[in-house]
Amino acid sequence: MTVIIGLEIHCQLNTATKLFCGCSTDYRDDGPNTHVCPVCLGLPGSLPVTNRQAVIYALKVAKALHCEVPEVSEFARKNYFYPDLAKAYQITQYDKPLALGGYVDIEGEDGREKRVELTRIHMEEDPGRLVHMGSGDRGRYTLVDYNRSGIPLIEIVTEPQLSSPKEARRFLNKLRATLEYLGIYDSEREGSLRVDANISIKGYERVEVKNITSYKGVEKALTFEITRQKGMIRRNAQIVRETRHYQEARGVTTSARSKELEHDYRYFPEPDLALMRVSSWVDEIALPELPDARRDRFMKQYGVSLNHARTLTGDLGLAEFFEEIVGDSPEIAAPWTADILLGELNYRDMPVSKVPVQEYRELLDEAGSGRITDTSAVEILRLILNQVMEGSDPEKPGAIISRLGLAKESGESFREIVATVLADNDAAVSDHRAGKNGAINFLVGQVMKATRGKADPKEIREIIDDLLKE
Amino acid sequence: MVSEEDVAHIAAITDVGVDASELKLFTGQFNAILEYFDILDSVEGGNGEPVGPTNIFREDVVVQSLSQEDVLRNSTDPEDGFIRAPRVI
Amino acid sequence: MEKTFTFDRPDPCNAFIKICENITYGEGPLSGISVGIKDNISTSGIETTCGSHILQGYIPPYNAHVVTLLRSAGAAIVGKTNMDEFGMGTTTETSSFGPTKNPVDPTRAPGGSSGGSAAAVRSGLVRLALGTDTGGSVRCPASFCGIVGLKPTYGRVSRYGLIAYANSMEQIGPMAANVRDCALLYSVIAGYDPRDGTSVDKPAPAPVSPVIAGKKIGVPAEYFGEGVDPAVAETVTEAIEKLADLGAEIVPCTMPSMKYALAAYYVTSMSEASSNLGRYDGVRYGMAPEMVQPWHEAFSAIRRSGFGEEVRRRILLGSFALSAGYQGKYYAKAQAARQMVRDDFARLFAEVDIIAGPTMPTVAFRLGEAADPLSMYLADILTVPANLAGIPAISVPCGEAHDLPVGLQLMGRHFAEDEILSAALAYEEGSA
Ligand SMILES: [Zn+2]
Repeated sequence: MTVIIGLEIHCQLNTATKLFCGCSTDYRDDGPNTHVCPVCLGLPGSLPVTNRQAVIYALKVAKALHCEVPEVSEFARKNYFYPDLAKAYQITQYDKPLALGGYVDIEGEDGREKRVELTRIHMEEDPGRLVHMGSGDRGRYTLVDYNRSGIPLIEIVTEPQLSSPKEARRFLNKLRATLEYLGIYDSEREGSLRVDANISIKGYERVEVKNITSYKGVEKALTFEITRQKGMIRRNAQIVRETRHYQEARGVTTSARSKELEHDYRYFPEPDLALMRVSSWVDEIALPELPDARRDRFMKQYGVSLNHARTLTGDLGLAEFFEEIVGDSPEIAAPWTADILLGELNYRDMPVSKVPVQEYRELLDEAGSGRITDTSAVEILRLILNQVMEGSDPEKPGAIISRLGLAKESGESFREIVATVLADNDAAVSDHRAGKNGAINFLVGQVMKATRGKADPKEIREIIDDLLKE
Repeated sequence: MVSEEDVAHIAAITDVGVDASELKLFTGQFNAILEYFDILDSVEGGNGEPVGPTNIFREDVVVQSLSQEDVLRNSTDPEDGFIRAPRVI
Repeated sequence: MEKTFTFDRPDPCNAFIKICENITYGEGPLSGISVGIKDNISTSGIETTCGSHILQGYIPPYNAHVVTLLRSAGAAIVGKTNMDEFGMGTTTETSSFGPTKNPVDPTRAPGGSSGGSAAAVRSGLVRLALGTDTGGSVRCPASFCGIVGLKPTYGRVSRYGLIAYANSMEQIGPMAANVRDCALLYSVIAGYDPRDGTSVDKPAPAPVSPVIAGKKIGVPAEYFGEGVDPAVAETVTEAIEKLADLGAEIVPCTMPSMKYALAAYYVTSMSEASSNLGRYDGVRYGMAPEMVQPWHEAFSAIRRSGFGEEVRRRILLGSFALSAGYQGKYYAKAQAARQMVRDDFARLFAEVDIIAGPTMPTVAFRLGEAADPLSMYLADILTVPANLAGIPAISVPCGEAHDLPVGLQLMGRHFAEDEILSAALAYEEGSA
């Protein structure tokens, strides 16, 4: 059963003001309805005027994603009734979008580069935010905050060319990185990237899943929906063309109230806004170095492997951090940063921006000099990150080494411990003699444990072999 | 020709409450009006090239928003700075 | 520096929805002059209803651009004038606050939708008033009440704060008892406003003086065709002859696109209105919704009880004209027809300076006379072309028919308000 996925990505542009009014977009720390004016509140008589910067940002994305920008584009009204929509229409773009076509190259399922084509990119305004109130004294009702109303969005629509949730995640990672590199989007802002997905099994009806509010939820939502559809096919149940909502907390998709009538949005050109003729602006837009170019440069300039280069450039903050700390030892900095540091950060849900550069750099020097073992280095890293998390000043790696006595000691000083371990583990010793593969690792592990990681596993292995020869 | 069902349908999707007696009245009127609009059938082409000014933009400069008090003033029974609306789910 | 304005006149014609208390005014070209403002123009701190129950109690937290301009010109804003609900009517009878009577004959309607403004001026309650004109709503009541009303070029006067009925066609326009007053008010409200994305930056209006000699005046046959009351046609023909006596050259012409104009106007205005009026859900302002009902039920209930019949009729027809499957037949064709009207005017204005004809095909209707909706719509046939094309047009009193006022309509090129005001002044003063 072939899976076909297309995505619609809504990205908030990080302009200073909203798309059609001068209200500040920096509302997240403020109370409800404090970043609102007659325009974004939809007061009678108010009129929209387009934010030039938002158009430039959208064009920047269009250029970076290799889109064509038609000579004329136009805003249109999408009419529907919902309390978060202050004017009862969303100003969006319909048959004359800002940009057409374009593509994003990703690593495909087979590990080779795969080109995912885009249908279009258009601009639109975000609706307000609803809070659903349960049944208290006042019964059920809705609370509305219009602070988000009018925040500029771009909607990027892909062709249905993604074939698995994993590919979808890779696509989104790549897209997100590109948007970040372009400086038009703030990944730290909650809800700044939202995804709708069209999912079908080849030969069956297509289902739209809305409301995937974090890009991390995409893989989970898609996996759930594909499993659901495959299950239905196996049970000979009919898949109906419908819109489903992703319930982030439960990790499931549920059928949206089926009011087919609501789909007649009665689009027509927005009479309050002038046409846009901005295709010529594209030439004047300078693009920064984008993820692919930076990846290639990392491989060339630092001799970093393809995988490490992909990882290190997959996030703007990480790429910048790497270049700050790499110094003249990329062979140590790359694996440490891509494999170890990133894992520790993910585990702590900690942004790379919080890593203390000085201390990390010093730690890499220590690890590179061979003064401490890798195990000790990881221990030190964890300690430092935990200190940062707790809000205290991170200790210098050198200080930690002396405080905990982590300096690597010579293998010979462990001869006695090794001998004890061998004596205590007859079974493993005979397994090793019999040529069983895992046995030596077990023995090394036992020694490491006994030395609290101060020993170099390679040396230990040599000592074991040495002792067993005797 | 539109039928009473057509008018009821459009009333339903636009949430314009139309009762039974009005439905009959509106349907008759709509047919007369739409028949008059049929003259447009003989117009060549559609939509055409849009006219009017192009490229009207404002700069990305923050302008003072309304006070929360002014935002809420005309709403019904606001709550903790939020505006209240009937339930949607 | 603020001075207090005393206003204690009775309003037997129901020209006002609201008369202000504590009226003040300042210095400027309109210092101390009383002005009525149509109730679809937002006034900060003053209830603004658009003639509709659905907005009853709504107090805008901001001023329309024109109101700011009036205040800084020193005007004394007396009150908010009555109007057809959301501007949808030709008689001011669809107002939720009762009809306005025509001061010339209280058994007659003042025309609409700016009937309150026209009546307030005609009965001398105010010297100046603002109306709005989407398909003739300034010119029709000006014609029926025997006053002067100007619809400026689309983009000449900021619409910021004007509660939208049909955005692509409407303009705020000055109304006054004579051309000089009309020009005075126009000179205050015309100008660029960056908050209106359809506003156009043009030099300030020039002072008007009576000028008509040597002007070429086109007279389209369609403006004297079927449906035009012969008595009205005769009065207007005499007025045009007077323009010729003053030195204008009369050029007979035709406007073939006229046969599409009314349908194009109504399809476009209803479509835009159906979208504009969706926001009146009672959540943010206006009539309060029943919180216990689910959203769509509560919304339907508000729209049923808050909007009058004509408004709901136009919302339904407009939604229909935009709906999937019908948009190509109605909305798209209306835009093509609109282009034909523009092209006709462009062709004519290459030959002539001004186009003249009656403002309305009839004199003022009797109150309560309003027949079926379509017949009512047909009364707009002579005014809608100017809105479709965005050109300026003025109605100036030109005598009577059936003992009731008749208006002469003069239309000009885009942004040629000065030219039609000057021609109207020449006509009014009988000199060139
Ligand atoms: Zn705003």
